[in-house]
Amino acid sequence: MSVDSHTVRHIAKLARIAVSDAEVAALAPELSNILGWVEQLQEVDVEGVEPMTAVIPNKLRLRDDVVTDGGIRDAVLKNAPMAEHGFFAVPKVIE
Amino acid sequence: MTSGATRPTDLTDLGIAAIRDGVRDGAFSAREVTLAYVAAVEKARGLNAFIVETPEHALAAADAADAARASGELKPLSGVPLGIKDLFATEGVQTTAGSRILEGFAPAYESTVSANLFAAGAGMLGKLNMDEFAMGSSNETSGFGPVISPWRRSDGGNAALAPGGSSGGSAAAVAARIAPGVTGTDTGGSIRQPAAFTGIVGIKPTYGRCSRWGIVAFASSLDQAGPMARDVRDCAIMLEAMSGFDPKDSTSLDLPVPAWEKGLNPDLQGKRVGIPKEYRIDGVPESVGRVWDQGIEWLKDAGAEIVPVSLPHTKYALPTYYIIAPAEASSNLARYDGVRYGRREQPEQGGLTDMYEATRAAGFGAEVKRRIMIGTYVLSAGFYDAYFNRAQKVRALIARDFEHAYKEVDLLLTPTAPSAAFGLGEKMDDPIAMYLNDVFAVPASLAGLPAMSVPAGLDGQGLPLGLQIIGRALDEQNVLNAGLAIEQRAGFTHRPEAWW
Repeated sequence: MSVDSHTVRHIAKLARIAVSDAEVAALAPELSNILGWVEQLQEVDVEGVEPMTAVIPNKLRLRDDVVTDGGIRDAVLKNAPMAEHGFFAVPKVIE
Repeated sequence: MTSGATRPTDLTDLGIAAIRDGVRDGAFSAREVTLAYVAAVEKARGLNAFIVETPEHALAAADAADAARASGELKPLSGVPLGIKDLFATEGVQTTAGSRILEGFAPAYESTVSANLFAAGAGMLGKLNMDEFAMGSSNETSGFGPVISPWRRSDGGNAALAPGGSSGGSAAAVAARIAPGVTGTDTGGSIRQPAAFTGIVGIKPTYGRCSRWGIVAFASSLDQAGPMARDVRDCAIMLEAMSGFDPKDSTSLDLPVPAWEKGLNPDLQGKRVGIPKEYRIDGVPESVGRVWDQGIEWLKDAGAEIVPVSLPHTKYALPTYYIIAPAEASSNLARYDGVRYGRREQPEQGGLTDMYEATRAAGFGAEVKRRIMIGTYVLSAGFYDAYFNRAQKVRALIARDFEHAYKEVDLLLTPTAPSAAFGLGEKMDDPIAMYLNDVFAVPASLAGLPAMSVPAGLDGQGLPLGLQIIGRALDEQNVLNAGLAIEQRAGFTHRPEAWW
């Protein structure tokens, strides 16, 4: 599997990570190497094998649909890089 | 062990059991012990093991322990000062997971594991350095600089060595005796490999024993907390306090916590120990094989029967891991967006997407970016089946290998890592060479099994080598017992000379 610079830019876009031209040039062979190395899984016979979903059999629990938490707005906002009027603040989204 | 506690000249010679027993018997106060450890932490700053020091937390717990002794209300870890890996959220104390993207983040809550330890009477010496988001095997990916191993080669060259990773600060702190015990986490070897590199004991329990709530997520189907300490007993004591059902973690096991310390028994009569032939791989130094053979003899001496076994899918474990772990990481790390916590980078006149991209570009280190991108790729449209789904199928086959083996044997014995510690900088240019450090550790992670590393000897350069014991799911007791049998026979008393 060879990853070209176009693909690196596409993945970086999907992952929301800005990449410079120099980073793209470095990442393309690195990602190609790693993806080439994991290719060896193609030789394993997985016919009829179910993908693993839980390492230890464990039934997911359900709890009552009631409010168990809340009323801690200030604690939630405490670590925000920017908070205004009791909300997280982000750059303008709608013109 | 339980009476007649004595006072050593240097209080940092005391491990967890010795502190507990000595405080109880009045051989010393918890405050004296904690002050000795606080001073040792300050003196060892050159190791870069701690990102944040919290002496006030440790001393408050010590004073509470001394008061509890006076009133006869001591708890299991009263007066024991511990180091906490920086992956655990600690209320009001900076928690970064070794990443600059979380610099300054002070959680409003306490992780379940650290809360359990504090409820048991332990205090916190500080937050331990680690590979960024636990992605690394040398501690060199930390956003706060690498931890230097307290160990040095016997060649007199003084080259700085890696303590292993990702729990590198944890391992260095125990090996340098600046903490009697610490928390670690293990996603694909992050407790066991650094324990082996630094000549200490570390156990990853069965997936689900320790709550993941409040542990910064890397790969949720693999992440598991565990203790690292100087000996097997101390690990058993700490693990008992860390474990237990937590409704806040959907994969937490609703089972009672066994009395592992009380159950310790190095007599392995009637136990069958498997030696998996696939773990003898090319390119591994002769000393690693020699220590493994020695371990086999020790277990025989302890009464165990040795049985050759086969785990045929072993060689696929590492590539399987490097699909599943990055895939889960790419999803888990999507939360670092510069909005709710941590760092924000806002390009001038940029919009919301520009802010996300700039924040993540500036906040994540190279290895974290690499893994997020691998994960994003294998989960992307058109590739999901070929990579992720296939990896989950191979993962099922790896787990099945263990199930078959455990029809014949009770435990497995392998080396922990394919080499002793390497020098800082030696493997950073080659990601796959770095990943190979965990070749023996990853299979048990993929299967969720309990596994432990115990120090077994030194290599030709005077560096520690560890042996790994892997058990059946939920059978930490037999893992600890076999570890104790090895510990008693190995008589590993080597420790690094204090140069720091």
